[in-house]
Amino acid sequence: MDGGKSVTTAMQAGKLPVERRGVISRRLSGILEPYLYVSPALILIIAVMLMPLVLGLSYAFRDIRILNPFSGGFVGTAHFQTLITDDAFLGALVNTAWWTFGSLLFQFTLGLILALLLNRDFLGRRLVQALVFLPWAVPTFLSGLNWAWMFNPVVGPLPHWFTALGLMETPFNILSDPDLAMWGPIVANIWFGIPFFAITLLAALQSIPKELYEAAAIDGATTRQQFISITLPFLAPTIAITLMLRTIWIANFADLIVVMTNGGPADSTQIVASYIFTQAFRRLDFGYASAIAAVLLVLLLAYALGVIALRRAMTHADS
Amino acid sequence: MNVSGNSPARKLVYWGSHYLMIGAFVVFALFPLYWLLKVSVTPNDILYTEGVRMWPSRTTWENYFFVLTQSNFPHYFLNSVIVAGTTAIVTTMVAAVTGYSFSRFAFRGKMIIVALMLITQMFPLVMLIAPIFKILAPLGLTDSLTGLIIVYTAFNVPFATFLMQSFFDGIPKDLEEAAMIDGNTRFQAFRRIILPLTLPGVAATLGFVFTAAWSELLFALMLVSSESASTFPVGLLSFVSKFSVDFGQMMAAGVLALIPACAFFLLIQRYLVQGLTAGAVKG
Repeated sequence: MDGGKSVTTAMQAGKLPVERRGVISRRLSGILEPYLYVSPALILIIAVMLMPLVLGLSYAFRDIRILNPFSGGFVGTAHFQTLITDDAFLGALVNTAWWTFGSLLFQFTLGLILALLLNRDFLGRRLVQALVFLPWAVPTFLSGLNWAWMFNPVVGPLPHWFTALGLMETPFNILSDPDLAMWGPIVANIWFGIPFFAITLLAALQSIPKELYEAAAIDGATTRQQFISITLPFLAPTIAITLMLRTIWIANFADLIVVMTNGGPADSTQIVASYIFTQAFRRLDFGYASAIAAVLLVLLLAYALGVIALRRAMTHADS
Repeated sequence: MNVSGNSPARKLVYWGSHYLMIGAFVVFALFPLYWLLKVSVTPNDILYTEGVRMWPSRTTWENYFFVLTQSNFPHYFLNSVIVAGTTAIVTTMVAAVTGYSFSRFAFRGKMIIVALMLITQMFPLVMLIAPIFKILAPLGLTDSLTGLIIVYTAFNVPFATFLMQSFFDGIPKDLEEAAMIDGNTRFQAFRRIILPLTLPGVAATLGFVFTAAWSELLFALMLVSSESASTFPVGLLSFVSKFSVDFGQMMAAGVLALIPACAFFLLIQRYLVQGLTAGAVKG
């Protein structure tokens, strides 16, 4: 049917004057052209990200274990019921909060200080900028390994320095101490993440009109007053969006932990993201891993919506 | 208060503390990399006795020699170059046409596609590990470099698209409209006029995606099980967990893994220096 229709259209098109036919085909291709350009990206994203996402959500309600040929049936909410009583998962939730906000606080504060320092013109600024941004270019698995080596008393200097400062009695590896191990990946993450905040905040700082500071100086405002009444309000939108995005990224960022401690010792550094990976990779329990992933997704969505609602309420109160 | 703020003594204190803090940041950023380099050139027999010395009394290249000739690392290195290189090229091509259409066309469904791409940046990729394994396994794409390339390309396309779009937005529309009046189709105008003008953007995107694919660990661990298809991160990690003894060799391998990432970092900087508008005016 369809073929017949297109044949008659083609015949009609054949009767049209040459220039009009050109206009029609050009119009048609003009309509189709953007879709043609977008299609490779769209196909990739649907096949490799969206389909697996939907599939993953369905796994959360099924029994899927790779090594068990009899698995695959629906189990309803059984995974979620196990999850509520899973101490390792509850511990991972607490660790995720620790890991995320510990990393974020230092990354942000130090990144802001660095951006403010780099916003002044000084001798060698370009070189310094290239050097302090370098950790961002280091592959994450390598920064993880490198920091793990730094904390190792055999080849790393850090335990010896801590001992010299009186923080430790004898040099030992904090990564094997359940009470302190989380600080290892957090320090590595701070090192890795400072450049991100410094780059984005520096870009925001440089977009502030210089005249504002000049006018404030004429009015007799001190440096501190200028910072509070000009710099901070201008930075606020950038700070809000980067803090929210980074929170989500860090909460999902399991690489450093997998490399440095693999969640140990005794699950003391296990975050939810690394727990998902452990369940899928070591136990091959895809159903349970997907259930944990679904909970993580819901929690992060709730966090993002909460932050957006809070911001809206605050800007409303201002105006 | 403001007047005293300009006195020489205060200025000296201000700039003194400014440089001191800058110095602290530089040391914090570079020291771990310096230490990596230091241990990699320390001979094995004095590694432990001189564990905390700032520079060993003797240096050696034997760790590098061993890694390059006696281990699997050249193979891992090659695998990583293939995976990261192909991913960077394919991603940049896909992102270029998509970014171009976002920049130039208004079409039905555009907002939905843009929103879709934004959302993929927000959700946790770890949760895709199990389903992607299940999808790729029957297709024979687990334990293969092709499978990794497909997955990495899809993950990097959204960000690369937004990056490319911002570069296209900086180029005036008149340029390709003039070329189309001269008888080129839009795609010809895009390929011959617009794309060459965005070369710095293309280089930045290539560099960004290459580094991301070079560093990826979790999916490479999950999807690849054989030595022959292992990428550098997986190879280095399995080496560490199997024989955590030879630090000198591992750190030499680490320095080698660092080289491509840093090289690309410098390449991006070089291209980014050339202004986009300068290129458009010349064209």
